[in-house]
Amino acid sequence: MLEKHKKLEKNSILLLIFIIITISIGGLIEIVPLFRLETTIEPVKGIRPYTPLELAGQDVYIREGCYGCHSQQIRALRDEVERYGHYSLAAESMYDHPFQWGSKRTGPDLARVGGKYSDSWHVQHMINPQEYVPESIMPSYSHMATSKASLDDIGSHLEALRVTGVPYTDSMIENAYTDAMAQANEGEANTKDGLLKRYGKNTIVRDFDGKAGFVSELDAIISYLQVLGTMADLKDYNPDVVE
Amino acid sequence: MIEALSAPQYNDEIIKKFTIASVFWAIVGFLAGVFIALQMAFPDLNFEPYLTFGRLRPLHTSAVIFAFGGNVLFATSYFVVQRTCRTRLWGGGLANFTFWGYQAFIVMAALGYVFGVTQGKEYAEPEWYADLWLVLVWVSYLLVFLMTLAKRQEPHIYVANWFFLAFIVTVAVLHLVNGLSVPVSLTSLKSYPLWSGVQNAMIQWWYGHNAVGFFLTAGFLGIMYYFVPKRANRPVYSYRLSILHFWSLIFLYIWAGPHHLHYTSLPDWAQTLGMTFSIILWMPSWGGMINGLMTLSGAWHKLREDPVLKFMIVSLAFYGMVTFEGPLMAIKEVNALSHYTEWTIGHVHSGALGWVAFISFGAIYYLVPKLWGKEELYSLKLVNLHLWIATIGIVFYIAAMWVAGIMQGLMWRSYDSLGFLEYSFVETVMAMHPFYIIRALGGVLFLGGALIMVFNIYKTIKTDERIA
Repeated sequence: MLEKHKKLEKNSILLLIFIIITISIGGLIEIVPLFRLETTIEPVKGIRPYTPLELAGQDVYIREGCYGCHSQQIRALRDEVERYGHYSLAAESMYDHPFQWGSKRTGPDLARVGGKYSDSWHVQHMINPQEYVPESIMPSYSHMATSKASLDDIGSHLEALRVTGVPYTDSMIENAYTDAMAQANEGEANTKDGLLKRYGKNTIVRDFDGKAGFVSELDAIISYLQVLGTMADLKDYNPDVVE
Repeated sequence: MIEALSAPQYNDEIIKKFTIASVFWAIVGFLAGVFIALQMAFPDLNFEPYLTFGRLRPLHTSAVIFAFGGNVLFATSYFVVQRTCRTRLWGGGLANFTFWGYQAFIVMAALGYVFGVTQGKEYAEPEWYADLWLVLVWVSYLLVFLMTLAKRQEPHIYVANWFFLAFIVTVAVLHLVNGLSVPVSLTSLKSYPLWSGVQNAMIQWWYGHNAVGFFLTAGFLGIMYYFVPKRANRPVYSYRLSILHFWSLIFLYIWAGPHHLHYTSLPDWAQTLGMTFSIILWMPSWGGMINGLMTLSGAWHKLREDPVLKFMIVSLAFYGMVTFEGPLMAIKEVNALSHYTEWTIGHVHSGALGWVAFISFGAIYYLVPKLWGKEELYSLKLVNLHLWIATIGIVFYIAAMWVAGIMQGLMWRSYDSLGFLEYSFVETVMAMHPFYIIRALGGVLFLGGALIMVFNIYKTIKTDERIA
């Protein structure tokens, strides 16, 4: 073995090639099948791409580094399911670019935070987390209440995501801005119908931050938080039945 | 013949630059670490919108891993490849570009985090334009290193260079695959990663764990394989062992990523593969540790006299400990308890502070007098002081995080006699408070030690006076 190894020690290009082969094997075996196997993402009804407002909310979530302290992944363990709800399904994050599973729970998991608290709770909690939870160590995010949500080019965000494989339709991209305004209850009359037609009747339409007149980053991030974990139709979901 | 044997003119200017940069970024990174540690103990220290924990945490991780660690790797790899190949570094201008280009990348990334420009993938946060820039810098690095190897005057490529080469090329592969994204437009700072959901999770932790495996391990083992034998003035313990553990280490590390995703929506088969290979990985890791430690056989007395060597040997001890703890935490049942808790943070810092930073300090203390043409450092006593203050700091840090993490994990899963979850989430947050303070104190000590190093290096370079 030592004699043969000398060949590698005397030829830098050969050494380079052997290194590349050696480090490629594990990655290929673990990653490639995930794109091919039908069992990787279980079939569950109800998962849809984020609405433009929710997407703007996710952008804020990523910008502020929320994933550094909050996971969005309920593991299949008894206490987690009791604390947070049904364990997370792969399908539920299939439109997350990037995935938000996180790696640390300085704060609680948020995979199913949607619908757990009222909009006004979220508003107050974002502005001053210690008001409702005095022992919380979460920073205040009051600037979201006064910053305008960045929606002017939200259509091109949808377009970029379509390139990555998210099934946004032409009409979703075309009406992205109007849909975002409509969802925060700030749109022209009748724009709500188009939004519901495109994203489904369960889409939450509210003035999330309770402040009429403009769509704030709070509107966006609360619309995102309120939809988390609520899309999948878990009542009909049976892991033992593969379609 | 005589000409070939005389020492070639090495390019040491570039190494000086990288050495100074690594010390500078070390202080920035440690300072950021202490600050965010204090934010967790005292949340009033969050100043929105720019200086919140969420934005500063990637600043800390990038500053210590990529800025401090990266500059150390550039400095040492350029130093080692020239000495062990007996040839001047290839590509003077291109080598210079790797310096300025890499510093530009760091500044671009850091500004991005503070101003909210981030892809939000842990340890790969920089946006698409910075990622592309890094590709340019990294390919130049590979080219400089490889061409220097190619024009070597020694028949054999020394073992340290295998590790450096594996580190450089693997990081390139990881960065390219994990970094694929679609920008919103060519004038937009924002992009969306190509991968999503479960595949993204797998690719991200394939990247993330091998940032540990190749950036923070293979690269630093390269440092170990040159600087430990040099400082101890002993040959490497076993040539066979170095071959065996090199190939097994780089083969096995790549598989370990899924241990970050136990019990998640990642398919079970991938989790099991990740766990299995993580456990096997214990062996080649200890192969490296043994090869480093046993290099001192017959020269153990040097540990009493030479604090620089002490830094390197303590780092190997930490490396051994952390590569035992890692496989342990990769076991699914252990991971069920440890994941998402402070235990993981403690584990990372055993490796980062104990192994990566300590072997770096050892190498920097070795390099500075050599590069600036001095006989020895300004003060070896101060090196010893640095060693002990930093070691106590690490012990504070990891002990606090072990207790905090295990307590947190146990509280989350604790049931009362009626079968209800015993603790609300916020009760587990409150329980962390004293440990966050102890951890911050450990960080302050570690930073203090590094400041002693800065003083010692400054005196070494600027003056010719020497104290003990």
